[in-house]
Amino acid sequence: MSKSMRITALAAVLMAATTLTAAAEVVYHRGNTADPETLDQHKTSTVYESHILRDLYEGLVAYSAAGKIIPGVASDWSVSDDGKVYTFTLRDDAKWSNGDPVVAGDFVYSLHRIMNPETGAKYANVLYPILNAEAVNKGDMKPEDLGVKALDDHTLEITLASPTPYFIDLLGHQTGLPVHPASVEKFGSDFVKAENIVTNGPFTLAEFVPNAHVKAVKNPHFHDADKVTIDTIYFHPTEDRGAALRRFQAGELHTNNDAPTEQVAFMRENLGEQFRVAPYLGTYYYALNHEDEALSNPDVRQALSMSIDREFLADEIWGSTMVAGYSFVPPGIGNYGDPAFADYKDMSQIDREEKALELLENAGYGPDNPFQLTINYNTSENHKNTAVAVADMWKPLGVDVSLVNTDTKTHYAMLRDRQDFDVARAGWIGDYSDPQNFLFMVESDNDGFNYARYNNPEYDALMDEAAVTVDLEKRAEVLKKAEEIFMRDLPFIPMMYYGSMNLVSDKVAGFEDNLLNIHPSRWMTISE
Amino acid sequence: MLRYVLGRLLGAIPTIFLIVTISFFLIRIAPGGPFDLERPLEAKVMENLNKIYHLNEPLWNQYLLYLKSVAQLDFGPSFYFRDFTINELFAQSLPISIQLGLSALCLALVAGGTMGVFAALRQNQSADYAVMAAATLGVTVPNFVVAPILTLILGVWLGWLPVGGWNGGKFVNVILPVVTLALPQIAVVARLTRGSMIEALRSNHVRTARAYGLTSFMVVVVHALRGAILPVVSYLGPAAAALLTGSVVIETIFGIPGIGRYFVQGALNRDYTLVMGTVVVVACFVILFNLIVDLLYALLDPRVRYD
Repeated sequence: MSKSMRITALAAVLMAATTLTAAAEVVYHRGNTADPETLDQHKTSTVYESHILRDLYEGLVAYSAAGKIIPGVASDWSVSDDGKVYTFTLRDDAKWSNGDPVVAGDFVYSLHRIMNPETGAKYANVLYPILNAEAVNKGDMKPEDLGVKALDDHTLEITLASPTPYFIDLLGHQTGLPVHPASVEKFGSDFVKAENIVTNGPFTLAEFVPNAHVKAVKNPHFHDADKVTIDTIYFHPTEDRGAALRRFQAGELHTNNDAPTEQVAFMRENLGEQFRVAPYLGTYYYALNHEDEALSNPDVRQALSMSIDREFLADEIWGSTMVAGYSFVPPGIGNYGDPAFADYKDMSQIDREEKALELLENAGYGPDNPFQLTINYNTSENHKNTAVAVADMWKPLGVDVSLVNTDTKTHYAMLRDRQDFDVARAGWIGDYSDPQNFLFMVESDNDGFNYARYNNPEYDALMDEAAVTVDLEKRAEVLKKAEEIFMRDLPFIPMMYYGSMNLVSDKVAGFEDNLLNIHPSRWMTISE
Repeated sequence: MLRYVLGRLLGAIPTIFLIVTISFFLIRIAPGGPFDLERPLEAKVMENLNKIYHLNEPLWNQYLLYLKSVAQLDFGPSFYFRDFTINELFAQSLPISIQLGLSALCLALVAGGTMGVFAALRQNQSADYAVMAAATLGVTVPNFVVAPILTLILGVWLGWLPVGGWNGGKFVNVILPVVTLALPQIAVVARLTRGSMIEALRSNHVRTARAYGLTSFMVVVVHALRGAILPVVSYLGPAAAALLTGSVVIETIFGIPGIGRYFVQGALNRDYTLVMGTVVVVACFVILFNLIVDLLYALLDPRVRYD
């Protein structure tokens, strides 16, 4: 072969190789806690389902790589002066994966469907701020009475019961994602099957094999499809976090949305930047039963809270994947500013213990006059370790602690049914970035979450006031007053703020840590 | 023979009925229901969900409804995997578990049997001790320890085999789960074979065979092994039923979509139909394999006859 021929041949090979690379399918292997219970956005309730659904569908609003709300199907919106009427302008080029245009009527249909009690939507109450939503969901009104109207194909009007400054954030929740009306009508609950499904997001469903994967492929009809670089996503359920870590190390997973807490030191050392810990919108707390004799005394509650060495829990037990928490609302939340921290936040642990003993003595308890408490927690190595540590911290106060461990369903059924308990572990991850989403839990009429059976009219009044305050600064002040009361009365003892843990391969770009821990695949790129 | 088989199969029906009944009422005793979440549901929503799944009806009625659908081989909708029926879940996962279990079973039989015979022929020699030590190790080290170690060495460090995933049952994906699943079985089979083989080698018919001047291969494989394998066969019945209906540990660690995980997921999620479905499937497998073992006995041991 002559030299020039060789060069030509080489060039040909190189060109062929380049074309091959260009055509090669980009596959993203995404570790995702567990399998979805369902891919019906109106019936879902979990965070790991939301990761899949936000890739399959696009709501009126969507999320940026940084976890901020950005326009989705709605290119623009305006709010009436009284804060109650939202008018959305829908983009012209929004399409379903079968080519149908996405119209305002699709959102009307979807919102009717989620509120219809026959749908059995678990999380319908997220959208209760919409006018008549609660009544419709309870079967007292018809879906048509819901405050949602399509003014034309590209204009949607949503009327709220009262001004809700975080309403746009609510629409970012997976319950706000639209369904394709024609498919739902035709296939009923089977519209979620891969052979029937029609989606309007950057990806569409190709396959769902329980305990194996959910496979999604790029939706060519998506309006921003040109910028989506990933062709195929496999969502792998990674319930075994240790196994997920090994798969990640072996390069079988590009990312995983959790990591084994007991191997934090190893991961920090060996994975470097690939092991990511970031603040997360959640609080780990102990609910106190205010009907218990000793716990009904505010001094006892303060003493218990004060004597918990939160830094020890967060750093030693949780390997710094949590942050010591001195308020119920986690810092960094939207529409708020700094939360109302406990006044002993900056006191040394020794001073706090001294003060706690003093408070207990006032209440008639102490090492000479001990009392008993049980801590209930749901099965998990770290919940157990936390409870053991707390029991140890309470011991010098004369508190004799016994521990009760049950599986998650039993634990929450116990709390819901208001069975007798003293102290119970719980945690809350915000559904949207607003303090109301935390403080509403202990309103006296919140049967579901007010595990403490806390009943303070002053607190309720402040929450009611905040609900009708349109001015965001004033509203933040009112909510902060409520949180100050919370920290004084302690229905719950906030202990730690959650941190999110992600394993992110060096090959992945566009995965940005954020408070909501939302990471749409459409912004990511993968290099080989 | 056929009459015997039919009789056994008919006799299984009351057993399964009893198992369905007990499991139906047992799972209902567990606190919490399939739709209980950390976030409690609106009363009306809960009511509607219960209506969709007939959970609002009296328990007795639910039981009869369930019996009726099981009789038609319909295990109902899953309460947790709400996009699937139990039949759909099983149709997809059972073949995978069977493939995995059967491969492990074959491996256990061949490797364990060979090791057992080998050890028996060298009784109380160092080779025997080595095999038995390995077998003891195989039984005592649980697979949730073996699996991560094997994946760590062969998958993460050496990169020879995938760490997880089923990948449609591709050979490389199957190796590690099959080996891990088979290890404790290999150990048991080796010990059982060794024990009964030692006994068989001392028996009269083997001595006679030797006296006839048969090659030692013929003596060992044809005459001694046939008798020696009986205890292994009776062990393999229930073991096969357990292997073929999946292993929650192996499936979770290797990310395999088999039926074993449904046991645990069903119970933890209070997915009543899923729990009962898996119980029925396992019961059927146990009954079936016990029957197969009894039939194999007749085939292997001339003293056993069912006519």
